[in-house]
Amino acid sequence: MATETLTLGKALNTGLRKALENDPKVVIMGEDVGKLGGVFRITDGLQKDFGDQRVIDTPLAESGIIGTAVGLAIRGFRPVCEIQFDGFVYPAYDQIVSQVAKMHYRSQGKVRIPMVIRIPYGGGIGAVEHHSESPEAYFAHTAGLKVVTCANPQDAYTMIQQAIASDDPIVFLEPKRRYWEKGPVELDAPLSEAYPLHSARVARAGTDATVLAYGPMVRTCLDAATAAAEDGRELEVIDLRTLSPLDLTAAYESVKRTGRCVVVHEAPGNLGLGSEIAARITEECFYSLESPVLRVTGFDTPYPASRVEEEYLPDLDRVLDAVDRTFGW
Amino acid sequence: MAKGDPGVTTRGRRAAPRSKRPATAGEPELVQLLTPEGERIESAIGPDGTEYRVDFTDEEYRGLYRDLVLVRKLDAEATALQRQGELGLWASLLGQEAAQVGSGRALRTQDMAFPTYREHGVLYCRGIDPIMPLGLFRGVDQGGWDPNEFKFNMYTIVIGAQTLHATGYAMGVHMDGKTGTEDGEAVIAYFGDGATSQGDVNEAFVWASVFNAPLVFFCQNNQYAISEPLERQTRVPLYQRAGGFGFPGVRVDGNDVLASYAVTRHALDNARLGQGPSLIEAYTYRMGAHTTSDDPTRYRIASEVEAWRAKDPIARMKAFLEKQQLADADFFAAVDEQARAESVHLRERVLAMPNPEPVTMFDHVYPNGSPELDEQRAQFSKYMESFEGSAH
Repeated sequence: MATETLTLGKALNTGLRKALENDPKVVIMGEDVGKLGGVFRITDGLQKDFGDQRVIDTPLAESGIIGTAVGLAIRGFRPVCEIQFDGFVYPAYDQIVSQVAKMHYRSQGKVRIPMVIRIPYGGGIGAVEHHSESPEAYFAHTAGLKVVTCANPQDAYTMIQQAIASDDPIVFLEPKRRYWEKGPVELDAPLSEAYPLHSARVARAGTDATVLAYGPMVRTCLDAATAAAEDGRELEVIDLRTLSPLDLTAAYESVKRTGRCVVVHEAPGNLGLGSEIAARITEECFYSLESPVLRVTGFDTPYPASRVEEEYLPDLDRVLDAVDRTFGW
Repeated sequence: MAKGDPGVTTRGRRAAPRSKRPATAGEPELVQLLTPEGERIESAIGPDGTEYRVDFTDEEYRGLYRDLVLVRKLDAEATALQRQGELGLWASLLGQEAAQVGSGRALRTQDMAFPTYREHGVLYCRGIDPIMPLGLFRGVDQGGWDPNEFKFNMYTIVIGAQTLHATGYAMGVHMDGKTGTEDGEAVIAYFGDGATSQGDVNEAFVWASVFNAPLVFFCQNNQYAISEPLERQTRVPLYQRAGGFGFPGVRVDGNDVLASYAVTRHALDNARLGQGPSLIEAYTYRMGAHTTSDDPTRYRIASEVEAWRAKDPIARMKAFLEKQQLADADFFAAVDEQARAESVHLRERVLAMPNPEPVTMFDHVYPNGSPELDEQRAQFSKYMESFEGSAH
């Protein structure tokens, strides 16, 4: 079995290539995805090899990208749309939540929109405003959409292919600050045997407290767990991977063992995913909890100027501080 | 207008030749093949020099008349049902029958249509049971027809959103290699004058143009977006917008079923032959309210409505059939009787439409289901069953 070391970005590129090879109905569309290969080069080389009818450089209008992809999907194509940055998805918001999400429901199952909306999201790369946002709660709140995010190259490679193969419309969030991090990727493992798309996974086993994270924060939480282990505290880190539907099966099992839970995400805390997760864990694990479920999140501000983003973003220290507080109850 | 023929103003008077009267938003210069008095115009020339004509058999002329009468009667029945509390809302097509039947009959079986929520006449022409949209307005479903089977997509309530869907679909037709021949596929997107202010419609124009999509944008300019007049949407005639996007535009008398047919057929044929998109502005008038929720007497004057009543699409078709002796009193009576019978039948079936089982609200949210939703459905079912004597 061919295992290669790839960056998360290259793993996505390789996964997209596989999807284009395997299904002639897959088309990639977005701004600058063709000759340039995307501003992050995630679609690098794909137009050269598959042509401009499979990898389509679009006019510069996000609602148009999503709206025309809806029509292509009705026609029988499987569009994979790239939104260039998180903060640019809002012009397409109406098409995503009012059209993409609801067509299957409104048509009583007769119309399917097998579409993937790729969004590089989150901060940590020193970008200007509108380039570092975490809009996942908007989409996870919308019935009819599924929302997933990858945290390592292997998941990037398999999850993008699984998302494209799925008939569900899927918002696929890519942790842009992790694009350049490397990891092993099994390239030849059949998709049918891959880890299921809408499932959380234990990223590091532990016994003392449960830390829930997704996307860019998984790396941060794993680093926190390494640091905690040096102090003799074993944290269990769960990579949620799927934000809608939420798969909290592993989280419930873990919290019932550890009695403590910290949820971590970059997005603002107010009405963020962490609120939902904390509520559900409280309902499900109430008699096992030694302390309240705590959240470590971005602040309830617009994403700040990049020179202070390190203070805005949850980091190792803030995660460890929250873990300490769960022990101090 | 006919070559060398004077045009008509909004009041139906003869106007000066086209070249001396540049069109403005409120002043039509339009392709017409049947005058409000029922006079046939042999052919008409569009702004780009295209000559429009139709060649129908007597039976086809009578068929168009029958379509117009039927869709008006069914629409009136739906309005009545709303007034009696049987529908939550109705968006009437009264006055727009010719634009819808003309364009709808110009479609071929393989062509795909993307409607708004008012295209009951086009829906009828696609062979869909006219009860289908009433389920949506009654609140028992969200539109029950199969868009793939009938090549008529779901009604779209968000203004202009469907023009992008139509554009994408048309791009797909092109990518599937289904253009470039006379039996190719074409796509039509319906929208109103208000929609032309939307970003999505303008984005659809850009996309369709640069991808040369086999698409006809069919704008029914019925003069009002709820209460807002055309002047609040545009300062130039809508059909002239097409030029800025790089494709042809034409304004047609939307109360003339023959001209509406001719320009739509021509545009669809161009699209299927691979010549790209075009914009048709069907200049017409909504005789009733935007929907049964608004009161048009608050925002428009009676004399304007009366002026448009003189241009009624059915009256002029009837006058034409009579003058040409293509139909007699028995025919008109038979059409009226058919329309009456179909509307009675529609009424009976609407009243018998059952409410959906509550648990069906959980159906079809996701093609592949969702564990969260499955759990909610199970909890809801259990809750409903907990009521004593519950049928659920």
